[in-house]
Amino acid sequence: MPEEIADMPHEPALAEQFDDLHQQRFADTLGMWIFLATEVLLFGGIFAGYTVYRMAYPEAFTLASHHLSIPLGTINTAVLLGSSLMVALAVHAAQTGRSKVVGNMLAGALVLGTVFLGIKAVEYTTEWRHHLVPWMEGFNPGGAHPEWQRLYYVFYFIMTGTHAVHMIIGMAVLGVIAVKGWRGAYTAERYVTVEVAGLYWHFVDIVWVFLFPALYLIHVKQ
Amino acid sequence: MIEHVVPVRVYYVIFGWLMALLVVTLVAAYLPLGGWGTLVAFTIATVKAVLILLYFMHVRYGSRLIWIAATAAFLWLGILLVLTLSDYEARGWTPASEMLRPDRPADIPPPPKL
Repeated sequence: MPEEIADMPHEPALAEQFDDLHQQRFADTLGMWIFLATEVLLFGGIFAGYTVYRMAYPEAFTLASHHLSIPLGTINTAVLLGSSLMVALAVHAAQTGRSKVVGNMLAGALVLGTVFLGIKAVEYTTEWRHHLVPWMEGFNPGGAHPEWQRLYYVFYFIMTGTHAVHMIIGMAVLGVIAVKGWRGAYTAERYVTVEVAGLYWHFVDIVWVFLFPALYLIHVKQ
Repeated sequence: MIEHVVPVRVYYVIFGWLMALLVVTLVAAYLPLGGWGTLVAFTIATVKAVLILLYFMHVRYGSRLIWIAATAAFLWLGILLVLTLSDYEARGWTPASEMLRPDRPADIPPPPKL
C-alpha cells in the first residue's frame, strides 16, 4: 500500500503487518472478542457462585434483595441501554466518516454512564446508612437469617462493584476516543478503534442486563 | 474496504425492543409466577443479550470466525454452569432436586448452615 504524503499528520491507516484494511479490521475486532470471552468467564464465574448460594438459601436471598430499589435499578438498566445505543450510533458515524458526530455520540454515552454511576452511588450510600454493607460493623439487615443475608450482600457489592469498575474503565476509553473524534481522527478507513471500544461497552451493558434481574428481581414484594 | 454499515434505523428498532423487553421484565416480576419467575426473568435477559450481541455488536453482520468466538465464550460459560449446577443437583442443594428427592440419603449432607 502506498505511504501517505509527508505533510499528512497521520500515519497510514494500514499497519505494516497486514495485507489489507479488511484483514487489519478483522484482527482488531477478533482480539477484542477473545478478551470479551475472558470477561464472560470472569463475570460468569461470579454469577455461578451467586446462583449456587441463592439456590441454597432462597428465603434469605429474597429477604435481602427487598432492600434494593427496583425503580433505581430499572432506571439504571434503561440508562445503560441508552448509552449502548449512543455508542452504536458513534460507530456508525465513524464508518460514515463523520468524526465530530463520533465525539458527540460518545459524549452522550458518557453522560448516561455518569448518570448510572451517580445512581449507583446513591444506592451504595443508602445501603451503607441502612447497615447493609457486609464488611462494616453493625451489619444488620433485619429479618431472618442475617448471616445468609450477609452472603447476598457480599455478592451484591462484589458483582455491582466489579461491574462499576469495568464501566469506569470503559468511560475513560470512550472519553479519549470522543476527544480524538472531535479532533477529526476517525474516517471511513479509520473507524475500527471506535468499533472495538464499542464492543467492550456493549459487553458491560450485557453484564448489567443479567445483574438487574439476578440481584433486584427475586420474588419482589407485591 | 469497509464492512457492512448497519443502517441507523436498525439500531433504533433494536433499542425499542430492548426497552420493551425491560418493561416486560418488570411486569413479569410482579406476576404471581412462583418458582418460574426466575426462569422467565433470565430468558428475557438472554433475549436482550442476544439482540445486543447480534445488532449492536455486529455479530449478525460479521464473519463466521467472530460468530465462533462469541459463541465459544458463552459455550464455555455454559460448561461451567452445567457441570457446577449438576454437581449441586446431585447433592440435593437445588430447589428442583429438593422436589425430586424429598428424603435425602443419610450420607449426602444438606447445604451448610452458617
